[in-house]
Amino acid sequence: MYPKTNYDGNSLTIYLKGEIDHHNAREIREATDSLIQQNKPSLLRLDFSGVTFMDSSGIGLIMGRYRMMLLYGGKTLAVNVPEGLERIMNLSGLGALDIIEKRGELYETAQ
Amino acid sequence: MKLLNEANFTFDSRSCNEAFARSAVGSFITYLDPTVSELNDIRTAVSEAVTNCVVHAYQDTIGKIFINIKIWEGGTVTIKIRDKGCGIENIAQAMEPLYTTAPSEERAGLGFAVMQSFSDSVKVRSKPEAGTTVTLTKKLSLRVSNG
Ligand SMILES: Nc1ncnc2c1ncn2[C@@H]1O[C@H](COP(=O)(O)OP(=O)(O)OP(=O)(O)O)[C@@H](O)[C@H]1O
Ligand SMILES: [Mg+2]
Repeated sequence: MYPKTNYDGNSLTIYLKGEIDHHNAREIREATDSLIQQNKPSLLRLDFSGVTFMDSSGIGLIMGRYRMMLLYGGKTLAVNVPEGLERIMNLSGLGALDIIEKRGELYETAQ
Repeated sequence: MKLLNEANFTFDSRSCNEAFARSAVGSFITYLDPTVSELNDIRTAVSEAVTNCVVHAYQDTIGKIFINIKIWEGGTVTIKIRDKGCGIENIAQAMEPLYTTAPSEERAGLGFAVMQSFSDSVKVRSKPEAGTTVTLTKKLSLRVSNG
């Protein structure tokens, strides 16, 4: 199953990998959304450590999940963003929404 | 400027070809030994332009996408991405950050902003009902190899 995921009863982590473009954003979107609807997590963590390429389709993907999580009163975080993706993330304005986890900063889930 | 090398290729506007297009452009310029960041910039800008052809120009139909790459003396690369799709009515408006005609498809409206940020110049020519040509220009640093 793609992508690899983990749900700890509180936060849902999606381990993204490879290249995120318009073509494969759909599969990630469908898989993620059904897990959000199923579990209604309070935190969605999109883990970018395995992502080697991303264009603006990835920004649309993050924004769409952010909006969906808001519907459930949940928070969204993009974590472990590789250096090569920082420029496109910064260009997106996602930083202003506090969606991108700062490098080296640990997010502690509310218990 | 002297033209040193050129490539042309044409492919169907299927979303699975987006990866092919950016990889093909990347492969063509590899012999110039671009930096990782230069290569990523070019691949990203090409991906944006090609995705726009797939998503907007041809929408629910399949048309042809034409790519022309030119390498100029001094390390300047120009990449033309052309479609014969629906065209753009108002180019200035289309290029504004966050402007999108497809919000329902989760488009962020950032494609042109990314192209501009990731290349040295972006030129758009378009005619409604006739098609669009996006020309990306990027100057490579041309590191001297120790070979
Ligand atoms: N090749 C094209 N043919 C027709 N219309 C286009 C083309 N390229 C862009 N457009 C128009 O310009 C708008 C802006 O394009 P841009 O790439 O900046 O954003 P987007 O594609 O809508 O969203 P994103 O790229 O963030 O997914 C598009 O919504 C579309 O209306
Ligand atoms: Mg676009």
